[in-house]
Amino acid sequence: MRQIFFLAQAEVLHIVRDRILLAQTLIVPMVQLLVLSNAATFEIRNTPIQIIDFDRSAASRGVVNHLAANGYFDIVDTTPSLARANERLLDGSITMAVVIPHDFEVSLVKTGVAPVELSVNGEKGSSAGIVQSYATSVLINYAKSLSAGRVLSDPASRPAQIEIRTRSRYNATQNYKFYMVPGILVALMTIIGSLLSAQNIAREKELGTLEQLNVTPITRGQFIIAKLLPFWVLGLIELALGLLIGKLVFGIPMVGSIPLLFGVAAVYLAVAVGIGLWVSAMVETQQQAMFVTFFIVNIYLLMSGLFTPIDSMAPWVQSVTLVNPVRHFVTISRAILMKGAGPAEIAQPFLILLGTAVFVLIVAVNQYRKRAA
Amino acid sequence: MSALRGLLRKEWFHIKRDRRTATVLVMLPVVQVLLFGYAIRTDVDNVRLAVVDPAPSNTTLALRNRFAAAGVFRIVASVPRTEDLEPLFQNGTAQQAIVFDHDFTEDLGRGTPAQLLIITDATEPNTGALLQAYAQAVIQQYQLALPASPARPASIIVPVTRIRFNPTRESKNLFVPGLMAFVLTIISALMTAISLTREKETGTMEALLVSPLRPWEIIVGKVTPYLAIGFASVLLVLVEARLVFNVPVRGSIPLLLFEGLLYVLVSLAFGMLISSRTSSQRIAMMGVFLTTLLPNILLSGFIFPLESMPAILRWISYVIPGRWFVAIARGIMLKGIGLEYLWRETLYIAGLATVLLAASIRSFHERLE
Repeated sequence: MRQIFFLAQAEVLHIVRDRILLAQTLIVPMVQLLVLSNAATFEIRNTPIQIIDFDRSAASRGVVNHLAANGYFDIVDTTPSLARANERLLDGSITMAVVIPHDFEVSLVKTGVAPVELSVNGEKGSSAGIVQSYATSVLINYAKSLSAGRVLSDPASRPAQIEIRTRSRYNATQNYKFYMVPGILVALMTIIGSLLSAQNIAREKELGTLEQLNVTPITRGQFIIAKLLPFWVLGLIELALGLLIGKLVFGIPMVGSIPLLFGVAAVYLAVAVGIGLWVSAMVETQQQAMFVTFFIVNIYLLMSGLFTPIDSMAPWVQSVTLVNPVRHFVTISRAILMKGAGPAEIAQPFLILLGTAVFVLIVAVNQYRKRAA
Repeated sequence: MSALRGLLRKEWFHIKRDRRTATVLVMLPVVQVLLFGYAIRTDVDNVRLAVVDPAPSNTTLALRNRFAAAGVFRIVASVPRTEDLEPLFQNGTAQQAIVFDHDFTEDLGRGTPAQLLIITDATEPNTGALLQAYAQAVIQQYQLALPASPARPASIIVPVTRIRFNPTRESKNLFVPGLMAFVLTIISALMTAISLTREKETGTMEALLVSPLRPWEIIVGKVTPYLAIGFASVLLVLVEARLVFNVPVRGSIPLLLFEGLLYVLVSLAFGMLISSRTSSQRIAMMGVFLTTLLPNILLSGFIFPLESMPAILRWISYVIPGRWFVAIARGIMLKGIGLEYLWRETLYIAGLATVLLAASIRSFHERLE
């Protein structure tokens, strides 16, 4: 026990004495959490659009007013020039061009039907889809209000209409920060946990101090525990700090049990630092450790459903994500924090995490032995 | 100059002798783009939809068929009561539900607003918003098609939508160019990040210091070989985007290659700057990881649109070279535009490269004294 303690203490001192490293592991991630959690949204606000109104009638002005009034769109240009709109779509200064043709009002009055053209910049991806459907809604509602105005006398002659109400489950206000904060926190814990532990033993190898440790009476198990313990604790501290920021700054709901979350985090971090150890046992230099960790961390993050939904991934990638510990931990932490899930609900992903932890640690310890022998 | 040539030769030998590392460096971006090209997508299809229909009729059936025919939705369950939805949402069987009011059919016939509720799992708000928009669109299309009686004509505005530049709205067309930017920048920065710190740690730095090489020569000597490796990656990744993912390249390929080279140079210069300012490989690595990984995913516009971000974040995004290259790559590949539109982005990247290289030469200079 004492040997473990001394070695772990040495590691802690290494980190604490190095001011820059300490700042990198504690302050930088928290700043990132604060800043980056605001970035990940497809929310539509003040989308720049151009209106090309060839009709200049009361009806077309109604369209313009309705588009301007709902807060989603920001009309940056009303030049009636298709060439200008094309120019602006190409240089990206508008996301949508709305073209109201000549005879819009005439056609609307005479036939009851009139077209409006929406040119959406498809470069904007998902938000292009949302912009388009918002614009469509605005137009349809405007048409509805026109119809209503025309037939207000006789209640029996109202046109058929459907009133749509919407409700969002689990995240009623659709606050994406509630969703991103736990995700980014997990990402940061993973980067730091895996990278530091991977780099740590590789560094000892490079400097030659690993051989000195190998000739001491310390056993392999003790050595590994002592090496990993500080990073494991560091990860838990990151989680605590991050949750505090989440609660105080972002006001994220914490419906479920926090001790349960920490219990799962303890297992998850064993996986994260275990992977780091495994990497460091495989490589010879810190440079190699860095590239391998980079590769793994990238797969972890981009194939976890953290940024883009797993349901949208190619089928074979969806199967791959099943063995991704980040996916399971993100699922669990969101379930606990937002849905208030208890042990029963998270049992399945938790068991997968536990299995992964045992597997990774066994493999890593074995790998380390081969190298040391 | 001959000293510089000597250094370049030395660095080149380093790379040539360690073929394995060089291969890994060139292939890493290629493999990552291949993997993530299949993973980073936001296409919404196969939405698991549940239907609550307390009083099935021809009308509700017609609307259900509209959903089934939209191509996006897959009706997974049809239950009589709203309460029955609970377990479906809890275990993820359903992502979305449409709930017909009991009197839906009668109300619609009478002209009283017929009630329809759309419930969406918004655990992930971004997808939630998309799903909600899609479902509303289906219902509105249905409503447009409802017959208006001849005595009281309704006003109908028909939105004709054209999606420019990516008409099929396939997200791979957007994300593969974005991924190129993401992967290339990090790998390039990592390559040079530890080049100087490593010399410091292993003690070979002193040999460099007593050589007749000037600081700028050392920096150039360190950066150039990696520039070659980075350029090889750019070429391969482009071929891959074209052949594997069928991403169109509508603009000029030489221009795209040139921009790619410039972008790799910026990233290498950034790694170099970190390396010249830190003393240990560990700090250099952490520095690069923390400053490139998440910011390049979140603030480059590669996944999340910059327009949606708060103004402060948009300001921060100006210093992220990825932001500019994502715009350039998408512009050339999807829009087919050239320097007449992209000169600002290009100048910006070039300027950033100059500043970063000058800063690393300078801080290297400071170390000498």
